Amino acid sequence: MTTAPLSTSWQSWYRFSRNPAAVIGAAIVILCVLAAIFAPLITPFPEHAGSFVDFRNRHQPPSLTHLFGTDNVGRDNFTRVIFGLRVSLALAFVVLIIAVPLGTIMGLLAGYFGGWTEIVIMRLTDIALAIPPLVMALAVASVAEPSLFNAMIAIAALWWTWHTRLIFSITRQIRSQEYIEAAETLGASKAHILFREILPNCVSAIAVKTSLDAGFVILIGASLSFLGLGIQPPTADLGTMVADGAEYLPDFWWESMLPAAAILFVALGFNLLGDGLRDMFDVEDVK
Amino acid sequence: MTLLSVEDLSVSFSTYGRTTEVLHGVSLSIPEGAQMALVGESGSGKSVTMKAIMGLLPIPPARITGGRILFEGRDLLTMPERDRLALRGTAMSMVFQDPMSSLNPVWTVGDQLRTILKYADRRLGRARDRRARQARVLEVLAQVRMREPERVAASFPIMLSGGMRQRVLIAMALLSEPRLLIADEPGTALDVTTQAQILKLLKDLVTDRKLALLMITHNLGVVRETSAYTYVMHHGRIVEQGETAALFARPQQQYTRDLIAAVPRLTGAPR
Repeated sequence: MTTAPLSTSWQSWYRFSRNPAAVIGAAIVILCVLAAIFAPLITPFPEHAGSFVDFRNRHQPPSLTHLFGTDNVGRDNFTRVIFGLRVSLALAFVVLIIAVPLGTIMGLLAGYFGGWTEIVIMRLTDIALAIPPLVMALAVASVAEPSLFNAMIAIAALWWTWHTRLIFSITRQIRSQEYIEAAETLGASKAHILFREILPNCVSAIAVKTSLDAGFVILIGASLSFLGLGIQPPTADLGTMVADGAEYLPDFWWESMLPAAAILFVALGFNLLGDGLRDMFDVEDVK
Repeated sequence: MTLLSVEDLSVSFSTYGRTTEVLHGVSLSIPEGAQMALVGESGSGKSVTMKAIMGLLPIPPARITGGRILFEGRDLLTMPERDRLALRGTAMSMVFQDPMSSLNPVWTVGDQLRTILKYADRRLGRARDRRARQARVLEVLAQVRMREPERVAASFPIMLSGGMRQRVLIAMALLSEPRLLIADEPGTALDVTTQAQILKLLKDLVTDRKLALLMITHNLGVVRETSAYTYVMHHGRIVEQGETAALFARPQQQYTRDLIAAVPRLTGAPR
């Protein structure tokens, strides 16, 4: 079975709460999201997020005033890391809010209707899956201008196919269940069957996949910024910070290592959460 | 009076350009309130017959090449799809076979029964509010001898035993007060004790309500328990029919004799 009955949700929650990795993952994700939302309130130098110059304080090592040190123009790295989280999370959010519903609907349609619908949609996913998202984003960034928006579109345009595959396989299993046949017999509408009978069975798998995806999308976004094709300076961004700081390695290691650690931290959080959800829901399809 | 009569029904399946006839002129008739059985081995065509009656044949690849199916005198095969849909699940309904896969694991039993009732009402042009639907659901659950209908209605399928789930499926079929109940191997997935209880319940229900019952099975024990009249099907034809007791006592056809001989016995020496 691919589904966790909602009836046992408290048992699932118990299982989740007994899994230290899952709880740590959830805590990291919540912490990062809150930090990103309230960035202007919790950072010591919010004005350092944009273009700000203080050459007297450049390349300061980590201290109590500058927890993560300062960069080559004297901006507080801790502030910029927290603001950089905003960009990363916004990227993941936008990509997934496009890709997950689109992929889910395509998967439901392909899995339920079969025939030509299936052939067209699934061959389309085969093509899309043959293109690495990073390469696609690079191509889009070099044809159009490199910007966060273009990166989001490029990644989302490919990302939905993973969800389509997942939902397709679940729908195929469920389609042959007798309760679907019964609903058809009784004249239930297609929309009822897709969204009220099949979709609720996919929710747990979607949750796991989406959580794991968030980590990957953040990594891709950071990679793009590192290559200078994501969000453009002076906006604070983790990937850009790693790239800029790398020039000063190893002397001013904090300028690249600490933003890199932040990327690792948030991606790890989403992956732990996803694994925890997978154990909780006991879904096997999601890779 | 005859409730359902199938006359000379022929059905073909076309796959990969080849057409195979699987029913060769099947005829059977079910009087009102009668308890009938359609028995045969796997692949004999009994499920195809049932699906043709319920209008569940996948067309294509299936095609009805001849015959009529009359329900209360009206031909199901020529009536508009709308009218047919209005009969299905209401005047004629079906007890599903597999209590494990016939209920959606993500909704409570009550949710599912209410949804089915809502759709049945809509097809019949009836209106009933949520509270009335809930009342009807509890009533039907009580009819299938659920001791605590409220608790069952609030349960998810996984919280119920196999026997209880099968009774929920019977309740589902009874929701809209059908006149014909078609039961496709009910309780096959259950252990024999529970299956016996289910069959007893089904028999009591149809007797009390004077419903016509068509029991579709390969299990002769089930036939003996539940039906007064039996059709034996083999290779897409009705090969023998008669009163159940007489049929078992004096089978005319070799196939029927083989079928009866195939039932394992617990007592006496093997014949």
